[in-house]
Amino acid sequence: MTHQHSLACKDILKNLSDFIDGDLDQGLCAEIEAHIENCHDCQVVVNTLKKTIHLVQVDGQETHLPTDARQRLFAKLDLDTYVEPDQ
Amino acid sequence: MIQNSKQHDIDPADLRRKEKAAFAQLVNQNSDHIYRLGLKMLGNPQDAEDILQETFIKAYHHIDGFEGRSKLSTWLYRIAVNEALMLLRKRKGSVTHLDAGIEMENGDVLPHQIIDWCCLPEKELLSSESRQKIQEAVQTLSDANRAAFLLRDVEGLSTRETADVLDISESAVKVRLMRARLQLREELTVFFANRIVKENP
Repeated sequence: MTHQHSLACKDILKNLSDFIDGDLDQGLCAEIEAHIENCHDCQVVVNTLKKTIHLVQVDGQETHLPTDARQRLFAKLDLDTYVEPDQ
Repeated sequence: MIQNSKQHDIDPADLRRKEKAAFAQLVNQNSDHIYRLGLKMLGNPQDAEDILQETFIKAYHHIDGFEGRSKLSTWLYRIAVNEALMLLRKRKGSVTHLDAGIEMENGDVLPHQIIDWCCLPEKELLSSESRQKIQEAVQTLSDANRAAFLLRDVEGLSTRETADVLDISESAVKVRLMRARLQLREELTVFFANRIVKENP
């Protein structure tokens, strides 16, 4: 269960965030892809990291300001007449 | 992400003149996002509502401080994050969060748990119990890492915009984002690994 880190895996890790954001130059990106193809552990880390971000995003996107809180906000700001229905 | 196309409709000059319609438009366009940021920073709806109200009250009174170098939405995020961090500091006093995981010499968090749980069905990954865990995991992050993560990955700001909001360098944003992401992955891996074990005892 514990990942033994080789130097190569550590190098991957350093660039992991930029890699999944697509912020790396083509050469480095290709090198990482080649490593991942042959390294099960790094593959798992990349996949579960992407999934983790996806899950938090989905959960976040479904969070909206409740209608009663929206009304209290507009009342507090003295903007009652401008309150729009839920966005 | 805040709808930037709509942002262009608001003229900061109207806000400076305290025109109510312009201000109402600003609130309507941004309130969902500011509320969500507050909720995820503080972890409860009441605090999120306080942050939301405080952010727009400050924006109304300090609109002259908006210099137009950033988007209005970025400026609002900055006010909201500062409000949230202030409230957290007040709450916690001297208590600080320690980042979970194994830290390298330079403070980076190394992946520890290597279990592939991506195979679990989406229905299970987003069950109400899983969502609860996802929300709790976000709360385990240090305040600084959580702010960077929420702005980048949940609100969809660029690294540059996040750096502006937090008043730190872009490389500092990347370091915080990376730590936050890895720590969340560790937390969720432990949780989902147990689900896999339960399913296949």
